[in-house]
Amino acid sequence: MSEAKLKVLEASKAYWNPDKTQFWQDAGVDLVIDKREGYYLYDMDGRRLIDVHLNGGTYNLGHRNPELVEVLNVGARHFDMGNHHFPAMARAALAEELAKCTPEGLKYTIYGAGGAEAVELAIKSARNATRKRKIVSIIKAYHGHSGLSVKTGDERFSKTFLSEDTLGEFVQVPFNDLTAMEDALKGRDVAAVIMETIPATYGFPMPNEGYLPSVKKLCERYDALYIADEVQTGFMRTGDMWGITRYGVTPDIMVIGKGVTGGIYPISCCVVSEQAGAWLKQDGFAHMSTAGGAELGCVVALKVLEITQRPEVRSSVRYVSNFVRAGLDDIRALYPDFFIGIRQHGVIMGLEFNHPEGAKPVMRRLYENGVWAIFSTLDPRVLQFKPGILMTQDLAEEMLRRVEIAVGQARDDVMGGGAKRSYLQ
Amino acid sequence: MSQTVAELMDISASPVALKAKAELVLDRGRWASQVFQRYDRDRTMEIARHVAQVAHAKAKEYGEWAVKETGFGVAAHKALKNELSSIPLVDFYSDWNFVDPRLDERTGVVEIPKPAGVVFALAPSTNPIATIYFKVLASLMTRNAVVISPHPAALECCVDATKTLAAAAEEAGAPEGIVQVVEQVSLPLVDEFMKSPKTDVILATGGTPMVRAAYSSSNPAIGVGPGNAPVFVDATADVKDAARHIVDSKSFDNSVLCTNESVLITLSDVASKLERELSNAGAHLCREEEVEALRRYLFHARGFNVESLGRDAVWIADQAGFKVPKNTRILVAKISQIGAGEVLSKEKLCPVLGYFVASSVDQAIMQARALLRFSGAGHSAAIHSNDPQTVTDYAAAVESYRVVVNAPCSQGAAGFATNLSPSFTIGTGFFGRSSVGENIGPQHLVNWTRIAWHKDSGPLDRSAIGRLQHRGPLPVAPSDGVPGQGVGTPPIAPFRPQPSSRPGGSGGQDGLRDEIRQIIAEELRGLLKG
Repeated sequence: MSEAKLKVLEASKAYWNPDKTQFWQDAGVDLVIDKREGYYLYDMDGRRLIDVHLNGGTYNLGHRNPELVEVLNVGARHFDMGNHHFPAMARAALAEELAKCTPEGLKYTIYGAGGAEAVELAIKSARNATRKRKIVSIIKAYHGHSGLSVKTGDERFSKTFLSEDTLGEFVQVPFNDLTAMEDALKGRDVAAVIMETIPATYGFPMPNEGYLPSVKKLCERYDALYIADEVQTGFMRTGDMWGITRYGVTPDIMVIGKGVTGGIYPISCCVVSEQAGAWLKQDGFAHMSTAGGAELGCVVALKVLEITQRPEVRSSVRYVSNFVRAGLDDIRALYPDFFIGIRQHGVIMGLEFNHPEGAKPVMRRLYENGVWAIFSTLDPRVLQFKPGILMTQDLAEEMLRRVEIAVGQARDDVMGGGAKRSYLQ
Repeated sequence: MSQTVAELMDISASPVALKAKAELVLDRGRWASQVFQRYDRDRTMEIARHVAQVAHAKAKEYGEWAVKETGFGVAAHKALKNELSSIPLVDFYSDWNFVDPRLDERTGVVEIPKPAGVVFALAPSTNPIATIYFKVLASLMTRNAVVISPHPAALECCVDATKTLAAAAEEAGAPEGIVQVVEQVSLPLVDEFMKSPKTDVILATGGTPMVRAAYSSSNPAIGVGPGNAPVFVDATADVKDAARHIVDSKSFDNSVLCTNESVLITLSDVASKLERELSNAGAHLCREEEVEALRRYLFHARGFNVESLGRDAVWIADQAGFKVPKNTRILVAKISQIGAGEVLSKEKLCPVLGYFVASSVDQAIMQARALLRFSGAGHSAAIHSNDPQTVTDYAAAVESYRVVVNAPCSQGAAGFATNLSPSFTIGTGFFGRSSVGENIGPQHLVNWTRIAWHKDSGPLDRSAIGRLQHRGPLPVAPSDGVPGQGVGTPPIAPFRPQPSSRPGGSGGQDGLRDEIRQIIAEELRGLLKG
C-alpha cells in the first residue's frame, strides 16, 4: 500500500469514521477511490474496478458522465444554489419536466438535497393531506437516516441513536404479505404506505405478481396515500423511466434521488399529486430547504432526464439486462450449489448465495478480481448487482468473465475445495 | 429578454455532446452486432430476405420521394435501381456463406468468418435509397450492424427508408438497433462518427471531400473516388447497338451514377455513322457555340455546377441558352482535347457527353488513359468492340478497375448489365486512392480467422471443421413480479417469414428444428431454475 493511501486511511480513522474504515480493511476491501470515469473506479494505488454498485443507481449514467460535467460547468457560469424562497428558472423548469415524465396525476415537485429529505417531505405531505399520522412500511425497509425516514426502516439504524418510533406511529409489515398490509390499514388511521418498488438494502426481493397494485388498492380502500420510493428503481433502471409503472401502480407521491443528478450535484425530489401537495397551495412557507433543489442540481437533473429518455438508452437497458442475465445464468449453472438464485428487474439484480453471509466473500473476491459490488446490509446472503444502463458490450462481457472467476473462488472459500477458508469464521 | 434555462444550458453543439451522441448510437450498434453473431446462416438470410422484400415493395415510393426531395435524377430509373438493390442483390449472394467456417482445400487452412462489427455508411444525395438498400443488406448478410449517415439534401427520404428497413429487420428477428440512422446530421457529428474508435469500418460513398475525410479518420475505410468513364467505339463495333447503349446509359437517371460515360471516343472512319446512330437514339449533337455554352454553364471557377446535377438534357440546354427538341435524351459535346484546358473532359453527373474523334486506335486508347489520369482514376471505362485484342489493349492501358464491353456503362459497371457484383459502391483501388479495387459487396465487411495446422499434419478434409455455436437471439431477462414477465417466461416466438416462392430458399426445416430445440432448452432452463 502506498504511503499516500496509508495516510488517507489513518486520517479517516482519526477524523472521519474509525469503525467503518476498519470494517473495510477487515473485509479485505482496502479501497480508497481516487480517479473515476464511466463505470470504472480507480483505487488510490491505481487498481481499476468495474463499478456495479453505483451507489444504488447514483452513477446510472456512469461516473462523471461527460455531458453532465459539461452541463455543470456551463451551468456554473450562470447559476448557484439559488434562493429557496423565490420562484427560480431552473427549479421551475425541472418541476415542469418532472410533471411531464412522472406517472399520471403527479404534479408538484418539492425539492430536497438528498433522498432522506425527500422521504421526510413525502411523509409530511401525506400527514398534512390526510390529517393522519401513521405510516406503514415494509420490515427491513430502507428510506434514509433522517428523523422521520429512519423510523420507517429497520431498527438497526434508529436504535443506536435512540431514534426509533416510540409512539406507534410507524408500523412495519412483511413484504409480499397482503393480509398483514390490510390489517395495518383497516383501522383507517394510516396516512400513507411507503414502499421501495424493489427493496434494495434488503437484497432486492421481488414483489409477487399483483402485490404492488393490491397494496395500492388497499390504500384507496382505507384512505391512505401510496408513496413510491423510486430512489433506486427510477431512471430507466427497470427498462422504463419508473419502476413503479412497470407494475401498473400510479402512486400519490413519488420520491426520487440518487440518479436524478448522476452523482454530479446532489438534489432530491418529492413529486406529489394535487391532493397530496395540498399544503403547497395553503402555506408554501411551511417547509423550506436552503440546499433543496439547488439550481445547479436542477440543470444537471434536466440533462439526466433528457439522456435517460433517448430511445437508444431504452434499447441499451434491454441489452445489458438480457446479456448480463444470460451470462449469470451460465455462471449459476457452473456453481449451482452456491449461486442459488437471481432476482432481477432490468439492471436491478440481486444474486443469492447459499450461505447466511454468502454475499460477503463474493464481494471480496469480486474486489480482488476488479469488480465492485456490495452485499445487502439487511440480507447478506444477497449481493446487490447493479450494472449501469449505458454499459457497453465489451465491458459487460469483461465483467461477467471476472464474476465467473470470483464466484468460483468465493464458493471454494465458503464450501471448501479451495486453498483459503472463509474469513467469516 | 433574458434567455430560458433550455437556451442557457444548450450544449448540443459542444464536442462533448457530439461525442456522446455518436457513442450512444455506436454502442447500441455494437450490442446489436455482437448478438447478431449468435445467429446461424438460415436465420441471417431469412432476415436479409425479409428486409429485401420490404425494400423491393417500397422501391418506387422511395424513388419518387428521392427525386422530389433532391431534384436529382429520374423517378422511374431510381425505382429500378432501388429494386435491383433489394431482392436481386440478396439472390446474387445467396450462394455465398458469410456465417459458417470453410476449408481451403488447397492449403488445408480452415477459415472462420468474423464480421466487422459496426459499419458507418454514408449515403449520397445522388443515389440515396439504392445506396441505403445496398449497404443495409450487405451488412445484414454478414451479421454486421450498420449506421446510415444520409446526405443532408436527401435526409427525409433516407431517414424514412432506413427506419423502414430497420423495422423490417427487427420484425424478422434481428437484434434491435442492428440498422440505425443519424437523424440530425451535421458535419461535426459525422466527423465524430468517422473518427470514433467504436466505428469498425466506414463505407464512404459521396463527394471527394467526404471520402477523403473517411480515409483521414484513422478508422478502416472503404471509400470510392469519383468516376469519369471513357467509352471507346472502334471500327469492329456494332455501331447501332453501341449508340443505343451509350444513350440509354447516359440518360439513365440523368447520369447521376458515377459509372456513367463521360467522354465518348471514336475513330474518324466510324464517326459519321456513330453520330447518325446517336441522333437516332435521341442524342443532340451540339454545334460549336452550344458546346461553348455548355462549358460556361456546367463549369464555374469552383468546379462543376451542381445545379445541373441529375437534370435532364432539355432543361440543361435551356439553362445553357439553347433549344433542343423535347425528346432529346442526351447532349453530345465535341471536344478536341482531353485533360487540362478542357473542362468537358471532367466528370459530368448530368446527361452531357464529351465526344472526341481520334485518328487511330492507339491514339484513342491513349486519350482514354489520359481521361482517367486527369480525373476518375480507378473507376470505370467502357468499350464497344468485337476485337478481343483491342478490348485487351484498351483494358490494359486505362487506369480503371472495370471495363464494360458492349454494354451500357452506368448499369454495367455497377453489375446490372454484366456479371460484375451488383453494387453502387464502386471500389476505385490504388489508382483512385482507395483500399478496394472491385465492386464493394458484403464480402468486404467480413474478415476471416484462419486456422492453420502444422505443415506436417498432412492433408485436411472437411471433418477438420468443427461446428460454430450459434445460440441465436438473446433470451429476454425476466422482470420479476411483472405479470407474465417473471421467471420462467418462455422466450418470444421466433419469426416465421411468409413462405418464399424464390428459388434457393433457406434450409427452413433445419432452421425450424434448431429453433424448436432452443425453445425446449429455454423451457428446461426455466424449470430447473424454479
